[in-house]
Amino acid sequence: MKLRILAAAVALAALGAGAVVAADEPQVVRQDMMKKVGGAMGALAGIAKGEKPYDAEIVKASLTTMSEVAKAFPDQFPAGSETGHETEASPKIWETMDDFKAKAAKFGTDADTVLATLPADQAAVGAALGVIGPNCAGCHEVYRVKK
Amino acid sequence: MALKKLLGGLVVLGAIGAGGFVFITAPERVPAETWASAGEPDLANGERIFYAGGCVSCHAAPGAADEQKLVLAGGLALKSPFGTFHAPNISPDETAGIGAWTLAEFGDAMTRGTGRDGEHLYPSFPYASYARMTVKDVTDLYGYLKTLPKSTNVAPEHELPFPFNIRLALGGWKFLYLNDAPRVELASAEETVKRGQYLVEGPGHCGECHTPRDMLGGLKTDQWLAGGPNPEGEGRVPNITPAEGGFGSWSAGDIVSYLETGFTPDFDSVGGAMVSVQKNMARLPKEDREAIAAYLKAVPAR
Repeated sequence: MKLRILAAAVALAALGAGAVVAADEPQVVRQDMMKKVGGAMGALAGIAKGEKPYDAEIVKASLTTMSEVAKAFPDQFPAGSETGHETEASPKIWETMDDFKAKAAKFGTDADTVLATLPADQAAVGAALGVIGPNCAGCHEVYRVKK
Repeated sequence: MALKKLLGGLVVLGAIGAGGFVFITAPERVPAETWASAGEPDLANGERIFYAGGCVSCHAAPGAADEQKLVLAGGLALKSPFGTFHAPNISPDETAGIGAWTLAEFGDAMTRGTGRDGEHLYPSFPYASYARMTVKDVTDLYGYLKTLPKSTNVAPEHELPFPFNIRLALGGWKFLYLNDAPRVELASAEETVKRGQYLVEGPGHCGECHTPRDMLGGLKTDQWLAGGPNPEGEGRVPNITPAEGGFGSWSAGDIVSYLETGFTPDFDSVGGAMVSVQKNMARLPKEDREAIAAYLKAVPAR
């Protein structure tokens, strides 16, 4: 009986360790980061389109998410993470890392600028999206391979 | 002796058959009076059709940005299982481009896949979709293209292995796959759905990538817009029918918004070959994007 519990515990620990390893892989980390930004964009767009009521806290939190991700994002591309985990990262990231970092930095700066004078109503959120939104396509078109 | 006669007979029959093939599948022209009655081109509508058709996606020089995209110098390499096609110069230059073409010559190319010298064009130029376009829209587009800048660039020849380098064989392809019938019969007769059907099946030529192809490169129309392997390389072209668990979860509003802004409902941004398509779609009047969305919600789920 004890042996069975022990075996089960070992199995569970192994499963848990496996999950932790997968979540730590840079490919997975950066995918999760992009999903967070997507969620933040969605929250802002919902307000801009009038589908959701204006909420200063949500606007602030969304912009903060973008700013934080933009700063940490370029560090998630270490050597060895070029392939695997269904990554859509283009090899160009590693070829022109400086430009890639500059694009991420501009995204972060744009988010910070908007954050500094928090958009105060629906129209202002729409205008802010007009500033921030093009960063997504601008970087994806060069550095993301859609499969 | 009997065998010799039989063989001789077969050769004669074969020759008649080949002659018949060439005769039946000879490049077609639209009756000249069709274009004579077209009248003066409406340039504003020509520009609208220009963006609906996405001419710049293939005919602008690769990598051209902003205003440079209006120089239709050609040169984009289009890889396919049959070889590599190179989009030609369609700027109004008289020698390198199509500046000297008449409306009838342009119309024959657009709707019949027949070149200026009476040759079959390759269906990498999506005339099998454009065949559905109205005389007015072809005329207006012709007029608009004339207003764009000239380029003297000469694009490379297509790189096609035997037997795909035999243009005569394209007559057979057209016999099988070139028609102007609707791709799907729709229950809805709403004007906006019909407009969407026209834009998607005709000038927009969405099915050229979003519908799987058979071994001969013809569209599998029973799988209309169901997506499939990317003919240009790795990955898949998405299914854009209202399939459950897939594109069906997009509302008409989601589709309109995607075509306008390039953001999916999850706020991922448009990718791959669709990037340039979306930029063209964003230039259309909103009612056209709404019509496309209405049609995509109305087609059978695959």
